Amino acid sequence: MAFDLPFIWAAIIAFAVLAYVILDGFDLGVGILFPFFKEKHDRDVMMNSVAPVWDGNETWLVLGGGGLMAVFPLAYATILPALYMPLILMLLGLIFRGVAFEYRWRTRRGEFLWDIAFAGGSMVAAFSQGVALGALVQGIPVENRAYVGGWWDWLTPFSIATGFALLVGYALLGATWLVMKTSGDLAARARGYALKAGIGTLAAMGIFSLWTPFMEPLYFDRWFGWPTVAFSVLVPLLVLGCFALLIQGLRTEHDSRPFIAALGLFVLGFAGIGISFYPYIVPASLTIWEAAAPEESLSFLLVGALVLVPMILGYTAYAYWVFRGKVDPEEGYH
Amino acid sequence: MFESLDATLLARFQFAFTVSFHIVFPAFSIGLASYLAVLEGLWLWTKDEVYFSLFNFWKTIFALAFGMGVVSGIVMSYQFGTNWSVFSDKAGPVIGPLMGYEVLTAFFLEAGFLGVMLFGLNRVGPKLHFFATLMVAVGTLISATWILAANSWMQTPAGFAINDVGQFVPVDWWAVIFNPSFPYRLVHMVLAAYLTTAFVVGGVGAYHLLRGDAPKRARKMFSMAMWMAAIVAPIQIFAGDMHGLNTLEYQPVKVMAMEGHYQSHPDGAPLILFGIPNSAEQRVDYAIEIPKLSSLILKHDLNAPLAGLDSVPKELHPPVGIVFWSFRIMVAIGFAMLSIGLWSLWCRWRGTLSENRWLHRAAVLMGPAGFVAVLAGWVTTEVGRQPYTVYGHLLTANSVAPIDAPAVATSLIAFIIVYFFVFGAGTFYILRLMGRLPRDPMPDLQDGPLRTAGITPAAALASKSGSHHHGV
Repeated sequence: MAFDLPFIWAAIIAFAVLAYVILDGFDLGVGILFPFFKEKHDRDVMMNSVAPVWDGNETWLVLGGGGLMAVFPLAYATILPALYMPLILMLLGLIFRGVAFEYRWRTRRGEFLWDIAFAGGSMVAAFSQGVALGALVQGIPVENRAYVGGWWDWLTPFSIATGFALLVGYALLGATWLVMKTSGDLAARARGYALKAGIGTLAAMGIFSLWTPFMEPLYFDRWFGWPTVAFSVLVPLLVLGCFALLIQGLRTEHDSRPFIAALGLFVLGFAGIGISFYPYIVPASLTIWEAAAPEESLSFLLVGALVLVPMILGYTAYAYWVFRGKVDPEEGYH
Repeated sequence: MFESLDATLLARFQFAFTVSFHIVFPAFSIGLASYLAVLEGLWLWTKDEVYFSLFNFWKTIFALAFGMGVVSGIVMSYQFGTNWSVFSDKAGPVIGPLMGYEVLTAFFLEAGFLGVMLFGLNRVGPKLHFFATLMVAVGTLISATWILAANSWMQTPAGFAINDVGQFVPVDWWAVIFNPSFPYRLVHMVLAAYLTTAFVVGGVGAYHLLRGDAPKRARKMFSMAMWMAAIVAPIQIFAGDMHGLNTLEYQPVKVMAMEGHYQSHPDGAPLILFGIPNSAEQRVDYAIEIPKLSSLILKHDLNAPLAGLDSVPKELHPPVGIVFWSFRIMVAIGFAMLSIGLWSLWCRWRGTLSENRWLHRAAVLMGPAGFVAVLAGWVTTEVGRQPYTVYGHLLTANSVAPIDAPAVATSLIAFIIVYFFVFGAGTFYILRLMGRLPRDPMPDLQDGPLRTAGITPAAALASKSGSHHHGV
């Protein structure tokens, strides 16, 4: 075979998940920051800054899930039952925040209710995703093509910690997004939260860089074995570079720089996790080749993905471009 | 409470519950998206502001329904893995790529252009905006195509082999997608979505006609909807009959359950109009039947023999009572829709379409009928497929995830509570929007800023009607 289809698909799925984390990350982050802004006007602007794009952002989550079922069905069939509770919680959170985008504008008396749904749903979704990530990193036992653990195995200090870490990380994405998309007092306050969340994210990345290698011999070998050790050495420097860019952007009011810096931090963290895993897709249990669907499935969907993903990126970029610039507080169709 | 319930039953109940809630929204948004595209197209073409006013009115309702469809749909895409992981492992190589294509060709298209459609009129101008509306409408239809290909494959699987670990392996994608029941199912579902929307729009139009408010917009809405009902209802009945014949060919046991045929009829089967299926005794109690009619409908021959459920092992029977009744509900609504359509034609011919209050009352009553029919139809086809997930090949009992019953029970309760709260609120907001048209007559259309240099009054309209909402 000329192409290693499972490898190509692992890269595409990884890309979809990264796209999801970054894109829905910032709009979930806006929800996480909601309680810190009390003014109705501020909240309206915050919500309108993500209203035209949140649905597209969340579609990457569906692609991650649906794509996983299509190309790594065994991974899908073992990861999802193992992460049952955090995933159900995530879905419930996403339901509440998703409908809040429309409901909030349909009632005055009930507005506070949908403010809570938006903020609470965003927090629950973000936290559950972090917990799910932590539970995946700590490993999932598989026997006879099925998950063999219990329904509370995911709950450990490590997964709770990753839950909080992702909450802080998304808050950073959300705050830097607001810095970029809003102006005046709202943007000034967002700068303050971006700084705090940035420090929190940096600290979390440091803690997990020290914690993860000792979770599992596989990770240890990967982090400190050649050639991946080059990455382990280089990444802290790049992380610090991103952090410096974040601070500099916030200080000098170059309003898109902090967001780019936050994206950089997420890409680095994501790459770190990917390098730790590879070639496993269910850590310590299944490699990408063991979990892959038959070649007929992989090649059939690959043809479409190669044509369609660039198109999707194209019109998604167009949609963002249509809504470019700072949010006009008077705008919105509501 | 749950000691007697096993994980399979709970997972089935959870799937039935979440998919029933979900399907209502796509059924509505498929039809509504096309309606919006038609309205905006007519507005651009005729410059008649009544179309623009209707477009804005239904756009807001669409946004609400679409949002509910999205969030309930995400639940579906993860439920295959959480509750039906063995099914996902085995059937994933076939239906996974179909759903993957749904995401790639439809969901992104809808989501990408939805933002432009809802918020972008004053940013992109009417032509590009119309393009965005079209893309949303096309996206909903593409989505229906893929998901029905996947569902139809589970009903009438084709084009596959089974490998040494028990997975379904695609052999011929053409045969997988264009499996024997797919064309019938797709046509039947898309027509159902159009009819559902037509009756909602018609019901809202009739309601406002009865109230005597906003007569021009209400008349236009009602008239468009009744054309749709009159034209599509008979086509749908024909399509449904074709679908039934296809089902008889590929899923005969389902038809036996739909018809209540416990016994085989070697020389002509009767059509059972009503009765109470009694699976314990394997007969239909209190049956009212027309001799030979079932054979005539299904085989076009009064004396054609029809096999009954007695020709199939009992453990392979679907739950007859549910299928029997849901099928009758669907058919009855179909004929009620046809009647309204014909009645509206009669009134139109007499020139009383906008005056006949009895027709308007009937239309209001029938407003939600499409949702009931869609749900009944899905119950018929999905419950009729039991006890299989992949018909004839994979039993439902062998598809379920190795997850503990308490986990499924907990999530089921959570979904029930959340769905009733969230979608109850959404339904309330939608109904309120539907009832509000006359009190919110968009005065901007008459005295707002006129279109200049390709800029529409949408910006002013949007912000003004926005403040209006908040002020109510």
